[in-house]
Amino acid sequence: MRFPRFLIEQHQLRPRPRRRRFVTVTLAGAVVLAISSCGSSGSTTGTPASAQSKPTFPANTTMARLAAAGKITVGTKFDQPLFGLKGLDSKVAGFDVEIAKIISAGLGIKQDDITFVETPSAQREGAIQQGKVDFVVATYTINDKRKQLVSFAGPYYQAGQDLMVKKDNTTITGPESLRAANAKVCSVSGSTPAEKIKDYVDGSKIVLFDVYSKCADALRTGQVDAVTTDNVILLGLIDAGGGAFKLVGKPFTTEPYGIGIKKGDVAFCQFIDSQLTAASADGRYARAWESTAGKVARATPSLPALTACS
Amino acid sequence: MGVITDNLGLYADGLLGTLKICALVAVAALVLGIVLAGFRVSPVPPLRAVGTAYVTLVRNCPLTIVLFAFAFGLPEVGVNGSYFIFGAAGLTIYTAAFVCEAVRSGIGAVDTGQAEAARSIGLTFSQSLRLVILPQAIRAVIPPLGNVAIAMVKNSAIVGAFGVGGELYSVANTLNGARGEPALPVYAGVVLGYLIIIIPAGLLLLAAEKRFRVAR
Repeated sequence: MRFPRFLIEQHQLRPRPRRRRFVTVTLAGAVVLAISSCGSSGSTTGTPASAQSKPTFPANTTMARLAAAGKITVGTKFDQPLFGLKGLDSKVAGFDVEIAKIISAGLGIKQDDITFVETPSAQREGAIQQGKVDFVVATYTINDKRKQLVSFAGPYYQAGQDLMVKKDNTTITGPESLRAANAKVCSVSGSTPAEKIKDYVDGSKIVLFDVYSKCADALRTGQVDAVTTDNVILLGLIDAGGGAFKLVGKPFTTEPYGIGIKKGDVAFCQFIDSQLTAASADGRYARAWESTAGKVARATPSLPALTACS
Repeated sequence: MGVITDNLGLYADGLLGTLKICALVAVAALVLGIVLAGFRVSPVPPLRAVGTAYVTLVRNCPLTIVLFAFAFGLPEVGVNGSYFIFGAAGLTIYTAAFVCEAVRSGIGAVDTGQAEAARSIGLTFSQSLRLVILPQAIRAVIPPLGNVAIAMVKNSAIVGAFGVGGELYSVANTLNGARGEPALPVYAGVVLGYLIIIIPAGLLLLAAEKRFRVAR
């Protein structure tokens, strides 16, 4: 018997018929058309923020510059359901976006003149420092480390780290119950909640992914027993989960969300705070919540106590 | 550079984590790859088909997809397990395809006379492969196997995104993302970590290549 030595595949290089290329191009064209025609059906949950006619500001302030320009650039998340999520219509929607609209309206800038740019967590300080954005509203927790680089107006919302479990789970009732339940907890690598949960469970019980949607998947298939991060992010996952998950509802940290601005711009900070207070008083703040995150979280929050501008 | 010296313990843990997964995958992928190479030159057509199908499928699939299939596909059909096992298995399956092709090229480099002589003294196919062909073939493919090993060590960084904690790349995520340390020195530390693994491994391979060189 012969020993079969070579079994090298024959790679035949035949010229491809030109016709096929034509088909591919037309197919691609059809897909593009289909996608763009879908776009028009998206909804905008805009607050009827009545842009005041021509407010005036002291010269040489950020407000005066922006009001004169008549347009503004705002950094927000594009992948954060309920807070800042870019839809198929390429418009960003969410509570953060509504807050940005309220502040811009105070400067006499119309909704259509706001340019939203994506600022993922790691890029927020850089975007502010380099002047790529005029301010950042992006589920941005105020903390001392960040205060060294930027200034914060607000907070406009108080979030807290919480746990999400399967709907039928009764053993996990809070962070203290995790160890007793021998539970595996999922979060995103490099996030503050991933560090914080180490106070409650052993490192070997923590599973880390790059995005929260993978955690939700792991929870659904039983690979992990709980997902932990800020409650508002969990609300978005619960909303997307179609009734498979629930919030434990015992926040164990406080995450004050602030509006990031250039370090030391006290006047702009005070202006934003005054706009937040006004919006809270006349109901625009509550409406902004109800039209976005309020669809999942029943309780409408009230504006937290603002911290002094510095 | 203060970030690296301040977090030496964390980096060391990451280095150990990466070494652990790489050592496991290196051994498993080498064994699986050699078996697959045997399949590909086997006189039994179904085995050849299995070998060819495996290499065609796995080698042409992005590693992320392979890992995804393990970490999210298996739990979907009811197979639950630790993400370390899923990650190591995924990386093994992927790396074995490349090992297989390197070994197969080595089998091709062994003179036909060797196989014919082995068969003529009455060795079976598997005996001739195991005792005559493979020992010569593996010697010839130490450099390409080294390439595969180095690529595997670097690929282990991707496993970190699939629930396997405590490896070198995830250290950077912890330091840069959660603790807000500047990115550049943090990632420089990660590069150093990989160099600490790869450079000695490369030297070891070079020594092995010299030691086992076939006299021609």
